[in-house]
Amino acid sequence: MKIGVAAMGESLDADVSDQFARCPFFLIVDSQSMGFESFANPAAAMPGGAGPAAVQEIVNRGARVAVAGRLGPKAEQALQAAGLRFVAASGRIRDAVAACGA
Amino acid sequence: MVIAIASGKGGTGKTTMAVNVAVTVTRQGRPVQLLDCDVEEPNAHLFLDPRFDEVEEVTVTGPRVDLQRCDGCGECARRCEFGAIVALGGEISVFPELCHSCGGCALACPQRAITEEPRTIGTLEQARVGELAFARGVLNVGEARAVPLIAALKNRADGDALVLLDAPPGTGCPMMAAVRDCHFVCLVTEPTPFGLHDLTMAVDAVRTLHLPLGVVINRADLGDEEVRRFCQQQQIPILMELPCDRRIAEVCSRGRLIVDELPEYQEAFRDLAERIVQEAGRAPAPGGAAPAGLRDRIVEQLRHEA
Repeated sequence: MKIGVAAMGESLDADVSDQFARCPFFLIVDSQSMGFESFANPAAAMPGGAGPAAVQEIVNRGARVAVAGRLGPKAEQALQAAGLRFVAASGRIRDAVAACGA
Repeated sequence: MVIAIASGKGGTGKTTMAVNVAVTVTRQGRPVQLLDCDVEEPNAHLFLDPRFDEVEEVTVTGPRVDLQRCDGCGECARRCEFGAIVALGGEISVFPELCHSCGGCALACPQRAITEEPRTIGTLEQARVGELAFARGVLNVGEARAVPLIAALKNRADGDALVLLDAPPGTGCPMMAAVRDCHFVCLVTEPTPFGLHDLTMAVDAVRTLHLPLGVVINRADLGDEEVRRFCQQQQIPILMELPCDRRIAEVCSRGRLIVDELPEYQEAFRDLAERIVQEAGRAPAPGGAAPAGLRDRIVEQLRHEA
């Protein structure tokens, strides 16, 4: 299963970002293989509507679960509309993904 | 003639100046209209005690998606510059507060599944306070965009009166929407580092609109000389200086007019009114075609792509 993690860096040993919509990077991690792709978050620079845009980015790359410290109201609405689960987490991305459960 | 009273820094005394000048000129027998354009937090009414007789709802349009016709292609989301409509997993979600009413999504939809429907964002209210015509906009709590309401309020400007606009603070979109197309901008400041910093930004902002401007220095005997030096360097006329008189603060805190409670200041406000009208009259009238609106630009873009 693919997990979209709001990230402070582009590796599994980076920390989960407390923010979702305006985090600096996203990692899309395959929870089985622990393989991942990473990218800089284009929504971070938007003046408004960053939440839905960030959800769009991870949905486009096949994520079924979103992970971050917390969620803003528009991101929450967008996740619900997209049918994604949200898991609040902090600390290393590697550990947070393991805790999600496949 | 339309005069905007703006500032960079909030709390410098815009509303104080606006209401006292408005009442002063009204009492000279001229038709005056005061528009409180700070629609997110109007406060001019606190000094005027108006009885609002006309209340009108103001709406903006937003997208409504016909889910029967929608095939989830996401073209609307690709077109939207504001993230107001998104396509997630084949389903369309709308965030109305982000929508700028450009109509792009409706125009772009290949299935013609999107219509535009009105949504109330606030009210316009009018009143007469003695001989003074007063109007304000009140934006609904939770609305993100003041600009459409400010534009609707400005449409109520009376062409035959001296129109004074009490502008919102700052130099963002609401202030620019209030100030644009006016004949003159009066910037209220205080002679402090914060005052100067924000005044500089306000001057830059107003100059992008090519509008003539002047400065009023409130609490003028505080602080330092830097604001005056700045105005001199920039060749900006200083229209009035009001001292930091505790009695003025007390009068304002009771929602009363300076010109009523402290008649020794009446002449200062008469002079300010005259100076403003003089400076505004000296400048060339605003002209030229208005820049293409958002909707026009989107239509043009779509036409070009077709």
